Amino acid sequence: MDHTETLLDIQDLRVEFPISIGTVRAVQGVSLTLKRGEVMGLVGESGCGKSTLGFSLLRLLRPPGRIASGRILYHGRDIVAMEEKELLAVRGTGIAMIFQDPLTSLNPLMSISEHFVETLRTHEKGISRHDALERAGGMLESLGIGTNRLHEYPHQMSGGMRQRIMIGLALIMKPDLLVADEPTTALDVIVEAQFLDLLQTLRESLNLAIILITHNLGNVAQLSDRITVMYGGTIAEVAPAQALFDEPLHPYTQGLLASIPNIRLEQPRLHTMPGSTPDLVDPPSGCIFHPRCGRAMDICSRQRPPAFLRNGHEVSCWLYGDAP
Amino acid sequence: MNEELIRVDRLTMHFPLQKGLLANLFVREKRFVHAVNSVSFAIAKGEVLGLVGESGSGKTTTGRMILRLLEPTAGEVFYKQDNITAYSARDMECIREKMQVIFQDPFASLSPRMSIGDAISHPLKIHGLAKGAAARDMTLAIMEKVGLSPAPFLYRKYPHQISGGQRQRAVIARALITRPDFVVADEPIAMADVSVRAMILDLMAQLKEEFELTYLFITHDLATCKYICDHIAIMYLGRIVEIGPLRSVFSNPVHPYTATLLDAVPVPDPRYRRTHRMPRGEIPSPIDLPPGCSFHTRCPFARESCRVEVPALTEVGGAHAVACPVRAGSRGS
Repeated sequence: MDHTETLLDIQDLRVEFPISIGTVRAVQGVSLTLKRGEVMGLVGESGCGKSTLGFSLLRLLRPPGRIASGRILYHGRDIVAMEEKELLAVRGTGIAMIFQDPLTSLNPLMSISEHFVETLRTHEKGISRHDALERAGGMLESLGIGTNRLHEYPHQMSGGMRQRIMIGLALIMKPDLLVADEPTTALDVIVEAQFLDLLQTLRESLNLAIILITHNLGNVAQLSDRITVMYGGTIAEVAPAQALFDEPLHPYTQGLLASIPNIRLEQPRLHTMPGSTPDLVDPPSGCIFHPRCGRAMDICSRQRPPAFLRNGHEVSCWLYGDAP
Repeated sequence: MNEELIRVDRLTMHFPLQKGLLANLFVREKRFVHAVNSVSFAIAKGEVLGLVGESGSGKTTTGRMILRLLEPTAGEVFYKQDNITAYSARDMECIREKMQVIFQDPFASLSPRMSIGDAISHPLKIHGLAKGAAARDMTLAIMEKVGLSPAPFLYRKYPHQISGGQRQRAVIARALITRPDFVVADEPIAMADVSVRAMILDLMAQLKEEFELTYLFITHDLATCKYICDHIAIMYLGRIVEIGPLRSVFSNPVHPYTATLLDAVPVPDPRYRRTHRMPRGEIPSPIDLPPGCSFHTRCPFARESCRVEVPALTEVGGAHAVACPVRAGSRGS
């Protein structure tokens, strides 16, 4: 990989939530890189740490959550070590984030235009109201929303439209990375499809890098360049989208893929995975997936597997390499 | 077709809009949310009907009216040819043990103060079916059947002490302990994680055979229908727009809305490209329903007549019926 092209470089990130009964190890040593303009699907079940990882990128973790160790290099600068002032400049203008529920992300007492004016004035001191509204109008148009709706309030808009407003607010400062945390989970299926189409158009026209966090592998299949599968706060597998679907290597990825319904395929039955997701206060020893894994070996319960390179996949599983 | 177990005839639910006191006093015209508008279908014994639609399509309201958890504005529900809409509350109580329900959120469906075993055996007490050791034995037996094992150990656990998948199993066990023959499953897997979903679906299919159950399977997810439903009905703004055998509807969707909905389902395959353009806009308000066919505002095939007349369901062959004269007619049949 051309190093100058690297936009984001996460190195051995650990995130913890100290709570009364112990410490939840939500992210346990995650390393990941993202290139300029690349779309990364970040997939996993609830509690796997995917949203925590997303929030860490902007240091938006709610206390008592904290980054315990590791580095997040964005354009070579470490977000973990940044001063508050520098961080504020990165938020919005460099990295922007959108969330699952657009209604709770918008202020019900502010019109759409006020949302845009506030965002623009926060980052560009001295921009006139007129200019701000002009920019907002242009953004709405590119999102397929009439500029006449600029003065409406969030409750006057449908769910899909609100989510488009969110993306408009996120992109108005022209960031080069968008972190989208389950952006379509609250939307109905047709609106969801419309929204994913919009994301596709935007990434092409803006050369935008996107981290698309979702529990739905179907959502990321067509949009992502690469897909990261997380399990129990660790990365199980990273691979180019096509390769991941064609030849999943990690037993967890295999199980996950086989248990999602595909409307275009003849599958008489869905695969079921035994057991349930791990307790992250007291995670299993060795590979976190080993208690549910049908191919677990001796070493799996003793030692955490590193990421092995195999056919373009990075797979953290002892089936693909030996202990050093 | 097997013997008919449930039939719904022109079922309708209009919720009056709650306004402020002054508006109630001075505004004469009452407004309504037209949640369900004259829905009719039948479910044969041992069959699974999938009721599919987006939020606000009226699918949950329909399920609730069948169980009389909501009193319909109009229309009738027949259980074994008997009109249960006319039943008194007392009569209704007697047949409730035969008609059960599973809701979406298992956590909200279980009392946090009741152990899993007590919750599952509770219906036996309510319906006076068993008590004491007999009730406990029946509970342990059904717990093993739904995969809650070891049952004696889990019997004493409270909802917060078990996993989400186990909670949904407990809810299923509670619904089945009275040996119902009809179960309304309202989005039973929507809250579950991917790996748990497959398990619950599998369990429901297996229990259906074992207990000779008939399901109304309410869902927004067409893809999961494939694994459990025999027939599906597609709802849009409180009306059924297409109904028929699953295979027939999936392979040959006739209504433009069904075709769009099928095409919008995310496909876990990077090579896949959608064939249809998604329609612009979203579902109109159920308060002021569009005149004529509710879908005409978004339909690429809409004609003048669609804005005037509400299309009736017309058979297009093999129990497959569609409420779209334009597309049904153009099939050259």
